[in-house]
Amino acid sequence: MSDVLRIEGLFTDIAQYHILEGVDLAVPRGQVTMLLGRNGVGKTTTLKTVMGHWAAKAGSIRYDGQDITAWPTPARARAGIGFVPEDMGIFTDLTVEENMVLAAASGPPDAARLERVFAAFPPLKTFWKSEAGTLSGGQKQMLSIARAMAEERVLYLIDEPTKGLAPAIVSTMAGALRELKGQGASILLVEQNFAVAKALGDHAAVMDDGRIVWTGAMAELAADAGLQERLMGLSMEAE
Amino acid sequence: MLVNLISGDTPRSAVLTVLLLIVLVCLAGAPFLFPGVRSLETAATICIFILLVASYDLLLGYTGIVSFAHTMFFGLGAYGVALASIHIGRGWGALIVGSLSGAVAAAALALIIGLFSLRVRAIFFAMITLAVASAVAVLVSQLFNITGGEDGLTYLIPRELTPAFRMGELFGVRVNGRVLNYYLIFVACLALFLLLLRIVNSPFGRVLQAIRENDFRAEAIGYRVVWYRTAATCLSAAIAALAGALYAIWLRYVGPDTTLSFEIMLDILLMVVIGGMGTMYGAVLGAVIFVLAQNYLQNLMGVAAEATEALPILPLFLDPNRWLLWLGLLFILSVYFFPTGIVGRLRSGR
Repeated sequence: MSDVLRIEGLFTDIAQYHILEGVDLAVPRGQVTMLLGRNGVGKTTTLKTVMGHWAAKAGSIRYDGQDITAWPTPARARAGIGFVPEDMGIFTDLTVEENMVLAAASGPPDAARLERVFAAFPPLKTFWKSEAGTLSGGQKQMLSIARAMAEERVLYLIDEPTKGLAPAIVSTMAGALRELKGQGASILLVEQNFAVAKALGDHAAVMDDGRIVWTGAMAELAADAGLQERLMGLSMEAE
Repeated sequence: MLVNLISGDTPRSAVLTVLLLIVLVCLAGAPFLFPGVRSLETAATICIFILLVASYDLLLGYTGIVSFAHTMFFGLGAYGVALASIHIGRGWGALIVGSLSGAVAAAALALIIGLFSLRVRAIFFAMITLAVASAVAVLVSQLFNITGGEDGLTYLIPRELTPAFRMGELFGVRVNGRVLNYYLIFVACLALFLLLLRIVNSPFGRVLQAIRENDFRAEAIGYRVVWYRTAATCLSAAIAALAGALYAIWLRYVGPDTTLSFEIMLDILLMVVIGGMGTMYGAVLGAVIFVLAQNYLQNLMGVAAEATEALPILPLFLDPNRWLLWLGLLFILSVYFFPTGIVGRLRSGR
């Protein structure tokens, strides 16, 4: 199986801080790769460097066979990489509809695609004409995922989509991600909720101190409490 | 149809709707509702400043770009009309050529400034626009052979737009070329204002708003932020230049003080803030309140001082010579009580 994304020896500095110190990571096509690790180890920075928000100091990022390390962010997005940031990334002054239309840079989403979005996130249909800033936290997160679904993407970079959400909304969110996976999308997902990670992930990569310290099948990590304890300082059983 | 005309951007507040209708009716009927040279002068200035402030709001309110070069673009349009009228000669052709050349020159200059500086942080862009605007103001002063220097330029406009062109009476008011001139300005400003409403409510306008809120998010969707910012700067500059051209047609005089001064830039900023940023209707209310205060506050204070002359101390504060103090106080209070501008406050309904 080919890799849709291959990161090799990636170093990223933010101001005077060395955040990524040689990340090597592969995201297989059509599968969900979980990027796990303690807080502050460089997971978000990895996603943002792939998206071009932070410039790579060294190393390479290959997407769909092309070296995109020096590409500007809009070019990466137009090439098919969708990004859902940790802070939801919605435009609060615009309506839900405007957010969705804006998210599809190649043209407004068609009716069939919108129906899929509404099926995954019914509240978005109810608040279609409302300003996104007036939505609840969970609805905002739904919109942020829905925006990524507004257009066909090859690779999704999703940063902690269930953070701070109520259990019922976490389950809705997991359902939507499962559907995205079912459509054959490749996903690199940063997730702190182990139950969600276990349910969705095909592969896992664990980060520590700006590097990938372990890669393997998600099922293997999920089954080994000792490995979890050693890599991340906690176990799913404790979760 | 009316909703379509305003690009679906309804006022979303009953009070705001009433206020806007009052402004529209007063400006549309100004020559007949408020006959007199001074009131017509005020009405024309309001029309032009509504357009100028709205064009600035496209930058500041909708795109989040702080520029100090807006009066420079305003001046380019005004000097375009003046120079064309002098060199081509009195006529409609000179007005059209002057206005269009001013707008094209403004857009070209904005493109150059934008491409060089919109990639950098907002504060640097603001500083660069300040430097360029100051340099142009000095240049206009120095090149007196072309621009008339500090004295400015006077020129002739088509006779049909001057008081000498008489057309008889209507509703008891003598209609002459000055009234025609006013309606030329009113219609042009209204059309350009509606165009701005169309722009900000188009997909292009939505991208600008997205960029204002978070430029990285907009880039992460696939929009080239620098391209959109530059396009907004060029559009805003071209419309400011057309406002300047209309001002030059109205005044039949251009000079650094009337079109290029930094004081006008500060006035524009205040009008945007008072009216409410990121809403075209804010430009309407901001310009109306500011221009009326500039023109009539002194008179109002004179009346108030006379009425209170029997009282101690108060007439001293209400002395017409202290009008700037009250104007300043009015602005402080309006910013304090309406932090989102008058339109923002009215729309929030609180």
